[in-house]
Amino acid sequence: MFRARPDARPATVEVLVEGVPVMVPQGASAAAAVLLAGLPAIRETPVTGSPRLPLCMMGVCFDCLAEIDGVPNRQACMVPVAPGMRIARQHGARVARP
Amino acid sequence: MTAHDAIVVGGGLVGAAIAHGLRGQGLDTVLLDEGDIAHRASRGNFGLVWVQSKGLGAPWYQRWTRGSAGEWPGLAADLATRTGIDTALHQPGGVHLCLGEAEFDDRAARMARMQAEAGNHGYDYRMIRAPELRDMLPGLGPSVVGASWTPYDGHASPLALLQALHRAFTEAGGAYIPNAKVAAATAAPNDFRVETAAGTFAAPRIVLAAGLGNADLAPLFGLNTPVRPQRGQILVTERAQSILPMPTTTIRQTGEGTIMLGDSMEEVGFDTRQSPPVMAQIAQRAALCFPWVAALNIIRAWSALRVMAPDGLPIYDQSERFPGAFTANCHSGVTLAGAHARLLAPMIAAGALDPVLAPFSARRFDVPRAA
Repeated sequence: MFRARPDARPATVEVLVEGVPVMVPQGASAAAAVLLAGLPAIRETPVTGSPRLPLCMMGVCFDCLAEIDGVPNRQACMVPVAPGMRIARQHGARVARP
Repeated sequence: MTAHDAIVVGGGLVGAAIAHGLRGQGLDTVLLDEGDIAHRASRGNFGLVWVQSKGLGAPWYQRWTRGSAGEWPGLAADLATRTGIDTALHQPGGVHLCLGEAEFDDRAARMARMQAEAGNHGYDYRMIRAPELRDMLPGLGPSVVGASWTPYDGHASPLALLQALHRAFTEAGGAYIPNAKVAAATAAPNDFRVETAAGTFAAPRIVLAAGLGNADLAPLFGLNTPVRPQRGQILVTERAQSILPMPTTTIRQTGEGTIMLGDSMEEVGFDTRQSPPVMAQIAQRAALCFPWVAALNIIRAWSALRVMAPDGLPIYDQSERFPGAFTANCHSGVTLAGAHARLLAPMIAAGALDPVLAPFSARRFDVPRAA
């Protein structure tokens, strides 16, 4: 069930967090990139606007919702980074576009 | 044993609305709820306060439903004042979308009959063609040819309603007893006693509002409620910014932003599983109505069991053998909450159902079959 934690890897992948380049290790999640970027919040909740950061980092809590490559409400902790990935904060409810 | 003015069996939307209404009439009322093993149709409800599809061929049902929609604003305001809970009631009118000319023609015929049956009680509706409909609703799919519209329709939050009814009832001094499934009962005219794991309760009035449980309970009180389960399934999308200005028969956006898609009508007994083919049909129809829905993630889905009489109409009765015993059954616990709390409960408190409810008696099922 558990695997040994890999050795620290060099930050070799560049992604854009809120438009700012951030270097992260290959295999890291978009949520990790947001934490490395030092954002104060990754999203604001849809109903009360409460700010949130990634919490569980394992796909359970949904507090890490972000807009990734233009797709809103993605669980950032479940999305591995890719070069040039655009990660943006999720501001409240997404827009449904007719 | 505790003695009360009234016992209500069933803590779902029907029982809670009646109990709230009885408390409002000044009756010392005890509300007996089952437990988390109950089927709880109230927690699977789609949340429409819906008039336009109800009562074809049964104008008394159309009037009762419409009367309930009319009572809803008062109920919602009363609950908000007493509990601070917003039941998210919106009654902007609603539409039934028609995919294809055959559906449109069929709907138009049904609506015309409903209006004819309404007589001078009135029944406002319009059949709206797609070009005009596209100004009312965003991003309709090309297969939507039109819709029926009435001003009476709306929606609300079933969970907020259930919570508000319970809170209003208990804060007004009503006694809510959970884990109190009726294990045994004795009945005499205006003298009832029920035994539960949570105690024994006695009262001169009893109201059976136990949903599907009423089928077994009713005979103990000289009543007949031949209800059966009918499964419905619902899909819920992620929250989106407000986009739908009014509910449709099967698609509505909640106050929090999720879009609910439903509903199915499946005769599968007490099977509460979900069925992927039916879920796919629900999603497909929603995407035909509003293609942009397909881009939204589904975040929840569930099934629940409607409480269905043989003819699909509610059943309201007072026992002839044991006066004081009443039964209330329906599959529209949200729509009819206004009527149950503000019209039916006063009748029960007064000891007689109004003649407007006579057609809802289960005696309608007693007509002998043709030889």
